[in-house]
Amino acid sequence: MADALWYFARGSGVISLVLLTVVVALGIGARSGRTAFGLPRFAVNLLHRNAALLAVVFLVGHVVGLLFDPYAQLRVFDLVVPFAGNYRPVWQGFGTLAFDLVIAIVVTSLLRHRLGARTWRAVHWLAYLCWPIALLHGLGTGTDNGTAWLWSIAALCAATVLAAVAWRLTPSFTRYPHRADRQVNSRLLPAVAPTSGSTPTPAGAPSPHAGTSPHTGSPTPAGMPGVPEEAR
Amino acid sequence: MSRLHVDWTACDGRGLCAELLPELLAEDDWGYPVPKGDLTVPPALEPAARQAVDRCPALALRLTAVSAERAPASS
Ligand code: HEM
Ligand code: SF4
Repeated sequence: MADALWYFARGSGVISLVLLTVVVALGIGARSGRTAFGLPRFAVNLLHRNAALLAVVFLVGHVVGLLFDPYAQLRVFDLVVPFAGNYRPVWQGFGTLAFDLVIAIVVTSLLRHRLGARTWRAVHWLAYLCWPIALLHGLGTGTDNGTAWLWSIAALCAATVLAAVAWRLTPSFTRYPHRADRQVNSRLLPAVAPTSGSTPTPAGAPSPHAGTSPHTGSPTPAGMPGVPEEAR
Repeated sequence: MSRLHVDWTACDGRGLCAELLPELLAEDDWGYPVPKGDLTVPPALEPAARQAVDRCPALALRLTAVSAERAPASS
C-alpha cells in the first residue's frame, strides 16, 4: 500500500514534465502571434495558461505524494530550499528549483495585471531556465532513471522544446516579421560609442521596406536630423 | 456601461482582442486593432471585453466605467 504513493508521485512527476513541455511549446506558439491547430490566437493563449495550471496541479500531487512517502523521507523544507536533501541532493535539488520557478512563473502570471508587463515578462522568461532543470531532475533522480520508456518520453519532450525554441529564433517567427524591422529614427536609438570613419547614411536613404536589416546604416552623426518616415 | 481603452504605446498588435471583440474591433494590415466606433462596450459585450482585457499579452487594454447619461458628452 505504501507503494501506491510512490507510483502516484512518479506518475504525476512524469505527467507534469510532459505538460510543462506542452506549456512551453504553446507559450512560444502564442508569442508568435499566429493561430495554431485551427485555433484562434486567444484560444492558444488560454490553452497555454490552462495547461500551465494543470501542470501545477500534477506538480503539487508529485511533491505532496513524495512528502508522505515513507521512502523519500522529504521534509517540508526540501520542497522549498534546493540542494538540502539527503537522497541524491543535486538531482532532487533540481526538482525543488524547478518547482520554485514554476510557482514564481505561475503566481506572477496570475497577478500580471497588478505587476505590470515588464516584471511579468522578466519572470516569465525564467521558463526557459525552468524547463531544462525540470528535465534534468526527471532524468536524474527517479527510480525510473535509465528505463527506456522514461528516456523516450524525455527525448520526445526535448525534441518538442528544442524545435519550438529553434522556431522562436528564426527571423520569420512572428506573424508580421517585417514589422520587427521597422526603422527607428536614429535620434531615438540608444547612444552608441563614438565611431570613427563610419559612412553616414545618405540623406536620400532607402524606403522603410528596402529589405535591409534595421541596423544596416551606421549611426547618423549627431546633429543630422533623421527623416521621419511620414515625411516621405 | 464601460468603454474599452487601448494603450497604443503598449499594444503589440497580437490581434487577440480583435478575435474576441469583432463587434468593436477590426484588424489592420499589420495586426493592430482598429476601433469600429468609440469603443463603448454594450452590456452584452461586457464579458467578452473583460476577457480581452484579461488575455491581452501586452496588458494594453483597460475597461473604464462611463455613466450611461454622460457617455456621449465626454471623450
Ligand atoms: C497561469 C500560468 C501562466 C500564464 C497565465 C501564462 C501566460 C503567458 C502569456 C500571456 C504569454 C505571452 C503570450 C503572447 O505573447 O501572446 C506567455 C508566454 C510564454 N509562457 Fe506562459 N503563462 C503561464 C505559465 C507558464 C509556465 C508554467 C511556463 C513554463 C514553465 C510558461 C512558458 C511560457 C513561454 C516559454 C512563453 C513564451 C515566452 C517568449 O518566448 O516570449 N508559461 N505565457
Ligand atoms: S490584444 Fe492587446 S496587444 Fe493584442 S492587438 Fe489587442 S490591444 Fe494590442
